[in-house]
Amino acid sequence: MAFINGIGLISPQKTAESKEFLAEIVEYTADYLKCIEPGYRSYIDPIQSRRMSRLIKMGIASAKMSVAEAGLAMPDAIITGTGLGSVEDTEKILGEITKEERFLNPTPFIQSTYNTISSQVAIQLKCHNYNSTYVHRTFSFESGLIDGLMQIEEQTASNILAAGIDEMTMNHLQITRRIGQWKMHPVSNLKLLENSSPGALAGEGAAFFVLGAEKTGSAYANLLDVKTCLNINGSFKPASLLPCFLAKHNLTVYDIDLLLLGYNGDCNFDPVYLDFANHFFPGKAQAWFKHLCGEYHTATGFGLYVASNILKHQVYPEILHFNQMNPPRLKNILMYNHFRNVNHAFMLVQAL
Amino acid sequence: MPRRIFITGYGIISCIGNNIDETLTSLLQSKPGTGRIRHIDTILKDELLVGEIPKSQEELFAMAGITPVEGYSRNALLGIIAAREAFLQGQLDENRNLKTGLISATTVGGMDRCELYYNDFLTNDSRNAHIDAYDCADSTERIASLLGIHDFVTTISTACSSAANSIMLGARMIRTGRLDRVLAGGCESLTKFHLNGFNALKILDKDPCKPFDQHRAGINLGEGAAYLVLESEESLEKTGNTAMCELAGWGNACEAFHQTASSPDGVGAFLAMKKALEMSGLQATEIDYVNAHGTGTDNNDLSEGRAIEKLFGESIPMVSSTKPFTGHTTSAAGSTEAILSIFCIQHQVIWPNLNFRERISDLSFSPVEKLLTGVQVNAVMSNSFGFGGNDTSLIFKKV
Amino acid sequence: MEELIEKLKKEVIEQLNLEDINPDDINPDSPLFGEGLGLDSIDALELIVLLEKNYGIKIEDPKDGKKIFHSIRTMAEYITEHKK
Repeated sequence: MAFINGIGLISPQKTAESKEFLAEIVEYTADYLKCIEPGYRSYIDPIQSRRMSRLIKMGIASAKMSVAEAGLAMPDAIITGTGLGSVEDTEKILGEITKEERFLNPTPFIQSTYNTISSQVAIQLKCHNYNSTYVHRTFSFESGLIDGLMQIEEQTASNILAAGIDEMTMNHLQITRRIGQWKMHPVSNLKLLENSSPGALAGEGAAFFVLGAEKTGSAYANLLDVKTCLNINGSFKPASLLPCFLAKHNLTVYDIDLLLLGYNGDCNFDPVYLDFANHFFPGKAQAWFKHLCGEYHTATGFGLYVASNILKHQVYPEILHFNQMNPPRLKNILMYNHFRNVNHAFMLVQAL
Repeated sequence: MPRRIFITGYGIISCIGNNIDETLTSLLQSKPGTGRIRHIDTILKDELLVGEIPKSQEELFAMAGITPVEGYSRNALLGIIAAREAFLQGQLDENRNLKTGLISATTVGGMDRCELYYNDFLTNDSRNAHIDAYDCADSTERIASLLGIHDFVTTISTACSSAANSIMLGARMIRTGRLDRVLAGGCESLTKFHLNGFNALKILDKDPCKPFDQHRAGINLGEGAAYLVLESEESLEKTGNTAMCELAGWGNACEAFHQTASSPDGVGAFLAMKKALEMSGLQATEIDYVNAHGTGTDNNDLSEGRAIEKLFGESIPMVSSTKPFTGHTTSAAGSTEAILSIFCIQHQVIWPNLNFRERISDLSFSPVEKLLTGVQVNAVMSNSFGFGGNDTSLIFKKV
Repeated sequence: MEELIEKLKKEVIEQLNLEDINPDDINPDSPLFGEGLGLDSIDALELIVLLEKNYGIKIEDPKDGKKIFHSIRTMAEYITEHKK
């Protein structure tokens, strides 16, 4: 377990400019939800940022927001997760090398390397400690959290910077639309469930968390545990792991006050959440968040922001309600996310 | 007492061999595998020297035992071939109740097909099976699904230290009790993408690379895959596997210096080696051999050399880079060289640093020039350093 | 030469993404690296691409860049000498 002592989040909502928890909701009718970016000057020296593409800047800025909030000068580890890294840089290179292989600029190549953000954050913070990057679809952020939780157990680190960062581009959206990942036309994020259709609404975001062995004044909540499971060959039922996962923390399904589920508006895969909720948690309050940030490989970063804020402020904003039930108290939140019924993940977050 | 980590299986493919036996034979014959590019259509093909595996996509399908079908990248096939060899030796198909994980490393992912079909991706549906295969997780999930591993599966990408970091994570998953055994390593195929990328950085040698040589001129990129089976002591009791050696120490540190360049004094390399050494409980003098990262670039070899001098002081162990044999297999280098290091313990040999002529004037030591056999090798340090100054050092010890 | 210097300033600003710098801010004789504009080894590689793309001049050894890219003027001189 680890305390969430600071959060920096750049998302399609106004999370970068205001610490208030979802005070104002931004509605989009768009192909994908794009981040509302802060001015980068207060986070990155313009001479250093001159070569950085958008994702790198989002990463560094959100990292700096999180350490500022936690009052942390030097993390003992920097761990990032990204499903796709800098798509913009990768596309630049692909554009060049599929035409002619001359005049390739070194900068996009360097930045297309997935660990660019974790190492740029290290350079900015002059941090020589442990550094790693996970690149496994919707396990990317979760793998990093597990790494961080282990560091605390192993007592090799007491303050960890852990992140989930991904971006979308129109080009990448069009390519991945071919395989049915996204809705084919712009839809309103606030009316996502009104017309059931295949494909999710895409999004993006950069979320950094300061995980601490000790609780600070800025603490939000306690991240008890994270678990991932690969549903290979479709025969395995990852949800059967849940009781065991909860029991490790002396909890049962009855102790869970609120379910935070990864519904993304894809009529082919949303029923997995419904089945899960009905099976383990009939009649329990269900919350969702992807209508606010869109679907992307590290969207659970936004989810963890939501869970942390619900527990810290002891509020359950209406915009997050997926069903009509109200939680009796706000102590234990279970987040459950899956990607195409293959990559399943649980996160257990507890009020301080 | 923390849980000990044992190595009980390995599998490898690179330009010097399609499996463990062939690889060992090439090494014992001091026979490098580098040559011209044959399987990638690039304007650089007559210009660069690389460690390409002399197999077509069809031949790799056959070796992997898979009926050719759309959606497989070269990277995934290499990964499957090496992972399966390790899986069989470590008998991972037995004792299915043991908690088993797969941690794989890659940076190019399915880029080899993506760069081939990118225009189709943009304009038509003919290559849709490859769209999903472009990311880093694809090869990992294909290996997991083929071998039936699901308890914990993830992919690491920290550039050229990736596979060393996957071994390190595997060890930590076992140590913290999350897993009993882990298949850990990495795969990386050559692509036009990173050949051009490294070329734009002007760090590729057109001739056989010369690590630690005064006149070194850069890297020969290579491709390959290598996986190790890591087990806890409790797991060994159940599987009955024999430990080849122990993973006694690991350390990762960050240069925090520059996105691509190493710091002049090798601060990250030094910290990573120091952490690994402290953890192993060994004295510096007990390290018999350092399998260096030794890429052959101006920058890396001097920086790594200085860090080695700083750590070992007066008694620098035998050092060599095996990259002239295999080429620099980037994200697979960490596990490739871990296996080459384990060979040294198993067979009591030290691999030569091919192509070495003249010591770097700023360094006090030269690498091992000729194959050494019948030497006492009890502990080996294997270094892997990546872009972003991500530096990892592993220590293997005789059991 | 002066014309080429003015053109080069604009090209360097564009190639290196020097958003906050105007051509007039660059003294053609000031060093580009280190103290001057604070450029680094990757910028040097970017300038190599610039010379190849815009002027057809190929620099094989990045070490040669040090002299050539000392200042805008040395760049201009090198181009005038080597342009095909």
